[in-house]
Amino acid sequence: MALREIDLNMGPQHPSTHGVLRLKLAVDNEVVLRVVPVIGYLHRGMEKLWENLTYTQVVPLTDRLDYIAALSNNLGYVLAVEKLAGIEVPRRARYIRIVLAELQRLASHLAGLGFMANDIGAMSVLLYGFEAREGVLDIFEEYCGARLTVHGIRIGGVPHDLDGALVARIRMVIDGIPKRLAEIRTLLDENRIWKGRTVGVGVIGAGDAVDYGLTGPSLRASGVPWDIRKDIPYSSYDEFDFDVPLGRNGDVYDRYFIRLEEITQSIRIVRQALDGLPAGEISAKVPRVLKVPPGEVFHTIEAPKGVLGFYVKSNGTDKPERVKMKSPSFINLQSLEHMCKGNLFSDVVGILGSLDIVLGEIDK
Amino acid sequence: MTESLEKAPFLLARADTFITWAQKNSLWPFGSGLACCAIEMIATAAARYDIARFGMELFRASPRQADLFIVAGTVTNKMAPVIRRLWDQMPDPKWALAMGNCAIGGGPFPTYSVLQGVDKVIPVDVYVAGCPPTPQGLIHGLMTLQEKIARSHPTREILDPDARHNR
Amino acid sequence: MPDTTADRPELRQAVDVLAGRFPGAVLSSAVEKEELAIRLRKEDLAAVLSFLKDELGFNALDDIIVLDNIRSSGDGGKRFTVLYQIYQFPGFVRLRLAVDVGENEALDSAVPVYRSADWAEREAFDMFGVRFEGHPGLRRIYMPDEFEGHPLRKDFPLGGRDGGA
Repeated sequence: MALREIDLNMGPQHPSTHGVLRLKLAVDNEVVLRVVPVIGYLHRGMEKLWENLTYTQVVPLTDRLDYIAALSNNLGYVLAVEKLAGIEVPRRARYIRIVLAELQRLASHLAGLGFMANDIGAMSVLLYGFEAREGVLDIFEEYCGARLTVHGIRIGGVPHDLDGALVARIRMVIDGIPKRLAEIRTLLDENRIWKGRTVGVGVIGAGDAVDYGLTGPSLRASGVPWDIRKDIPYSSYDEFDFDVPLGRNGDVYDRYFIRLEEITQSIRIVRQALDGLPAGEISAKVPRVLKVPPGEVFHTIEAPKGVLGFYVKSNGTDKPERVKMKSPSFINLQSLEHMCKGNLFSDVVGILGSLDIVLGEIDK
Repeated sequence: MTESLEKAPFLLARADTFITWAQKNSLWPFGSGLACCAIEMIATAAARYDIARFGMELFRASPRQADLFIVAGTVTNKMAPVIRRLWDQMPDPKWALAMGNCAIGGGPFPTYSVLQGVDKVIPVDVYVAGCPPTPQGLIHGLMTLQEKIARSHPTREILDPDARHNR
Repeated sequence: MPDTTADRPELRQAVDVLAGRFPGAVLSSAVEKEELAIRLRKEDLAAVLSFLKDELGFNALDDIIVLDNIRSSGDGGKRFTVLYQIYQFPGFVRLRLAVDVGENEALDSAVPVYRSADWAEREAFDMFGVRFEGHPGLRRIYMPDEFEGHPLRKDFPLGGRDGGA
């Protein structure tokens, strides 16, 4: 059959693009030849804005980057500032941060799985995932007042303590999550249609994945065991016992499976943190107007979407000189073309869903 | 025929009530989910807050099939022409709801690339404040829109097409 | 806190090997806040990056960061400093390379060495106007193509040139 190239425009408004992403596809009948993402439709000028705000004022704006996992952005930024300013965070605060960060990872993966399944057609999984997520969002709302853009981790520690009642609520919520996961797995794991649309689709090998700078669950689905929580631990993660699930084939099915397993591991970490919550302060003494001595630092954490990094340069005043965010989704999206080439264009949606990108993070 | 109808305001009022009752209870949203507010919009449509009890669970992907444009999230200068084109593609009668502080007036971003409010490109009927508004807040905004629709006079627009612009 | 990357003998060794292999390329190196930063001569950038990747095993690039020096006096008077954060996996070692470049000069593109540099360099061009020679398609990435100016430069106003929308 002769090559018949058609240009197809997908987005920026489309029900399956996880935000305002535009994909320019070139297809030969139904097989994808080229994928060129066009981004910038949500560029809000955050980095420029941060140079005009104090270090403390920047923290709530970091929520708006990866808005599905707001607490991890908070954590990434405050850890960088604390490293630069030499602030020592008390142990109780570090444990509470881990509880919040892992609950946020859980919520983010549930949403990501829901969106991926919805794009491929399994709409019930979206509703199950969001229902399970509501329990976690209730906890965030009880903790510091907001469901989504939480701002629950501040420079020096955390704003509120976890009292007995809240700890009991958290235990109750995470005890209910495995049942939801079992429901999702019953629907999808051995489902012929799901497997037909995900196994062997959007494959990326381990070598290519590292070369493209892929990080996070998508990298681990290709079999590469890179998880910052284990390799360069931060905030007392080295005191916890958890596994890092690895995939084999690097296809859409593996990326789906890895996220399910990571939810189970997050529950494990939260239980350990609640059991071993040390006594003490919940925040270091941070001056009201925080002036950081000149210097620069680059700090990374394992956010639910991948390796999130913050480069902070200070000039001695209370406003940062430069804050640059290394966004995992920005780099992960570059490998979309590699994954889509040779597949049908109806698979593009599933592959994009399995990458689990967030445009707020890509466009800053 | 038109004159005789205009001389029977009671019939027109009855027709108005019926038409607006049908419109407000079956709004089909065109979810333009741009940023963080989109997640709360989806949460409103999900099982706990259940927008389906208002008849609005059918989120259309195409503007030609929708009648309520929910602008959820920050509108940037790059996206503004797209929003305008989508609004123009929606057939009458249509309404717009600006969800979240960014859509109302630029939100926390007074920067070079953000449009300071979507009402600079499309006419907005209801503003729902919040960053992001909680699902309860969005539902309150939708109910406010339903009250606004109930107060409108569609028969006047049918009889006099110019009245559409003075709604 | 474990892992102070500067304690790693591999890093000290990397600096010595680099200085030996590319004489004059390493302008300075410093360890601050447990991070190793090396200042390089602009002309040696491409060769050093290939060497670090192929022979010392720094197989991935985290990020490319640009600093605008218009307000500070130092750094040899060049307008921009471009930082390359690279890491080695496994081994979990991080390194920061700094290169100074003037407003009308160009840097060698890192794309032939690290594929993930593609969009990072486009972002540097869009936001600051730094040019990269050898990039497969250097054009704006965030701002619309017809936008004039480079927003993250210190002399560009926050609200935009036309007073914001």
